[in-house]
Amino acid sequence: MEFFKQIDLDWMGKAKYFFALSITLLVVGGASLIAHHGPYYGVDFKGGTVVYVRFAGAPPVDKIRAGLAQVGLGESVIQPISDISSSNSNEVMIQLEEKGSGSEALDTGKSEILNALHATLGAGEPGKQDFNAAGASAISDALTRKDSLSLGTGAGDRYVQMGNQIVGFRDKNKGGVLTNLNDLSAVGINATSIAALQSAFYTSDFAIINVEIVGPKVGSELRRQAVVVTLYALAGMLVYIAFRFEWVYGAAAVLAVFHDVLITLGLFSIFHFEISLTVIAALLTLVGYSMNDTIVIFDRIRENTRLMRREPFKDIVNRSINQTLSRTILTSGLTFLTVLVLFVMGGQVLRAFSFALVVGILVGTYSSFGIAAPLVVAWNHWRGTGATAVASGPAAGTKLRKA
Amino acid sequence: MNSNLKWKAVFIVIVILICLIGLVGRPDFPPKSWAGIKSNFGQVIKLGLDLQGGTHLILQVQVQEAVSQETDQVLDNITKQFRDKTIRYDELRKLGDTQILIHNIATEMAGAARNIISDQFPDWDISPAPGEPSGYILTMKPSHIADIQQRTMDQAEETIRRRIDALGLTEPLVAPYGQGDNEIIVELPGEGDPNRAKGVIQAGGQLELHLVLDGTPYPSETAARAAHGGVLPPNSQLVQGKATASTAGQPSAESWYVVDRVPVVTGRDLRSATALRSTKNIGFYDVDFVLSTEAGRRFGPFTEQNIGKQLGIVLEHRLQTAPTINGRIEDTGVIEGQFGEQEANDLGLVLRSGALPASIKYLEERTVGPSLGADSIRHGVQASIVSLVVVMIFMVVYYRLSGVNAVVALILNLIILLAALAYFGAVLTLPGIAGVILTIGMGVDSNVLIFERIREELRASKAPVSAVDMGFKRAFLTIIDTHVTTVVSALFLGLFGTGPVRGFAITLVIGLLANLFTSVYVSRVIFDWHLADMPREAELSI
Repeated sequence: MEFFKQIDLDWMGKAKYFFALSITLLVVGGASLIAHHGPYYGVDFKGGTVVYVRFAGAPPVDKIRAGLAQVGLGESVIQPISDISSSNSNEVMIQLEEKGSGSEALDTGKSEILNALHATLGAGEPGKQDFNAAGASAISDALTRKDSLSLGTGAGDRYVQMGNQIVGFRDKNKGGVLTNLNDLSAVGINATSIAALQSAFYTSDFAIINVEIVGPKVGSELRRQAVVVTLYALAGMLVYIAFRFEWVYGAAAVLAVFHDVLITLGLFSIFHFEISLTVIAALLTLVGYSMNDTIVIFDRIRENTRLMRREPFKDIVNRSINQTLSRTILTSGLTFLTVLVLFVMGGQVLRAFSFALVVGILVGTYSSFGIAAPLVVAWNHWRGTGATAVASGPAAGTKLRKA
Repeated sequence: MNSNLKWKAVFIVIVILICLIGLVGRPDFPPKSWAGIKSNFGQVIKLGLDLQGGTHLILQVQVQEAVSQETDQVLDNITKQFRDKTIRYDELRKLGDTQILIHNIATEMAGAARNIISDQFPDWDISPAPGEPSGYILTMKPSHIADIQQRTMDQAEETIRRRIDALGLTEPLVAPYGQGDNEIIVELPGEGDPNRAKGVIQAGGQLELHLVLDGTPYPSETAARAAHGGVLPPNSQLVQGKATASTAGQPSAESWYVVDRVPVVTGRDLRSATALRSTKNIGFYDVDFVLSTEAGRRFGPFTEQNIGKQLGIVLEHRLQTAPTINGRIEDTGVIEGQFGEQEANDLGLVLRSGALPASIKYLEERTVGPSLGADSIRHGVQASIVSLVVVMIFMVVYYRLSGVNAVVALILNLIILLAALAYFGAVLTLPGIAGVILTIGMGVDSNVLIFERIREELRASKAPVSAVDMGFKRAFLTIIDTHVTTVVSALFLGLFGTGPVRGFAITLVIGLLANLFTSVYVSRVIFDWHLADMPREAELSI
């Protein structure tokens, strides 16, 4: 099977459409960024407290909101989480801004939120631990201390296994929220053990499944570092490409990648995705990937430049793109399919990350032949050497050309 | 068939075996059943906190406090030395954390004073105070400051590690973090509720036993001083009593004690500290401690000489209790405070681990609940399998038998990737799983590059053998180029990121490097093997 037998399109002629598309995306994205006063920073960069709570049933959002307002946390953001993969996930995200003084304990916000939740939803008993937050080892410890099966010294692994079993039941069958310890009889936990657990743990209608607290200093530090690392990576690649090809190719590639990142950030703003550390990781990856793509085309241009010395540069570039088109579409298509699977099936934690990759791969692919290559052609034309090919950079094995 | 080719094939088989051993052959070799295989695999692939649930804490040691304390001690020392050598001066006080000001030294003693400083305190620089003819400023040398800071960091890390270990959690991590901002990272896998651990880590743990000078406590600092005519007796200090809970309508009462300045025994002299049921306060727990022999030799005579007086038990600069000394005590003691069982256990743990040299401030806290971790694993594994299947189906349909070649190379790529993670002890995180999926997508890129070249060569009517040869040769440079850029940006990520982000970078880098091996070397060997067996006139299935 073969999709692309003999292609002969005039890519350079169509370049203006790609530029138009890019400008539209940049303008729309830029407008959104300006309207929202910059990108949506996640707690990694903003600082503050985020608590994710999962409920046994539909979350009583209004009740929680009222309860939080009562303890002076009215400015916190409470958002039900609806996810593509699970539309009624019964999850709520509670977010508190960074108070900023830094003198109070880091987890003041979290304790306040938890206290408000317990007060509003009527849970929590002093001296007992939250069952839904307990790990397998805490549960087996409690059982071991009470020796609920009266095994004495012959207990061995028994309580550890029970702990794992109980946690497995709670997390896989009950979505992490066990409202009543008596439900454990369904997996064969006997009454004495259940009583032992009841004396050590309390149950409630909700489980805290994720907490992120970032102090103010750390947040701004990470923001600075993220920018620095991205610039270093771009500089490194610029040098590498300039070394393998020529400066103008390096500049064109870097400009194209910059354009990719800007469009992605704009789309993040439009679709209200948060920028976190993992999103920066995705952005850096797509920088590498977009470079990747651009290099394949530049490689072919260099090869063809040697073979087709008499032809106009524009035609050489067109021919190169046509020759590599099947490879470009195929690999981008395959990588795109895999990240699309990740976006759809990868779960809520990775959603923003995979969105960056999905958008990045699409934009990164067309930026190689739609933006980077036309830029190189335009540069050559402007320099007045449009009739013949530009002297190519060092091919592997020949001596270095001076910069 | 070429013997060279045979050796290449053997080499590949050896690599596969090494990987399989790495993945399912440790620590129980050989695994005896399917359950054994799963157990081995589960043990060699370390899961990050975001996949197994747990708590991640970044804390900062306030090393400035230790520096400041050192300055205090030096100040005391100098005062004593000057007094012994009868050097007169107007004022001797601390100026900030690292400086001491001596005001108006009598001129004939200035030389002697400078000699004392340079002999006894080599870590300090002495220089004339600006604008004062007979004043001096002592400044701690920067090298000494750095020294104190490093020692404080090391001691804090050690103490925290001992406390975390004593809590008995699974495989905790305590390590220095970041670039030189005195930060420590603590990771507690499986710990869904970090409050107890945080309390234990942050507890100061300073224990001191002082002789109480005045029989009764005072309601405030000023009252205490007033009782002594405005100035405390020499060699004494004020210590605040334990905070009492406020009852309805009344604010919590303060109490201040006048005690001996130098403690007779400190936490460093403890040999052990255990929580036991209280005999005096039924229903509560006490912490019983035993002193070291050397401290016991001091404590015995001390208690004998002070029978009838009170012994102040000062915990973290607050006086807990002040029992009367009834007789000679050699080396045991009790801290009573109406503690609950866990409270007493934690206090014993903290005392046994030693006091923190400086206080701790938390900078970052992340807790992933166990159910979210299980969810993430499920999503990650499902997405990986689906993406692998999608890619496999496409390659076979589009490239026929050569597609099978690519699939084999891809699977080997993943096996090598996972085995490398297991051998290096690298941690698999959720973004790491995404890195695996990206490796699948990008890895197959190399094969596509080669296959498209081969098709081009075949279209130009080259024979299969030379088409394959040219395809691999021409595509090789481009493959290197494309891998280099992504690996470079992933390396930057690995350097800068921590935890999940680093997991992603490491997985991606290893995956792409393994891809170089599988898509170029292994694919080539498979092609050559196939070509060697192929009849002359046959077509290459691509």
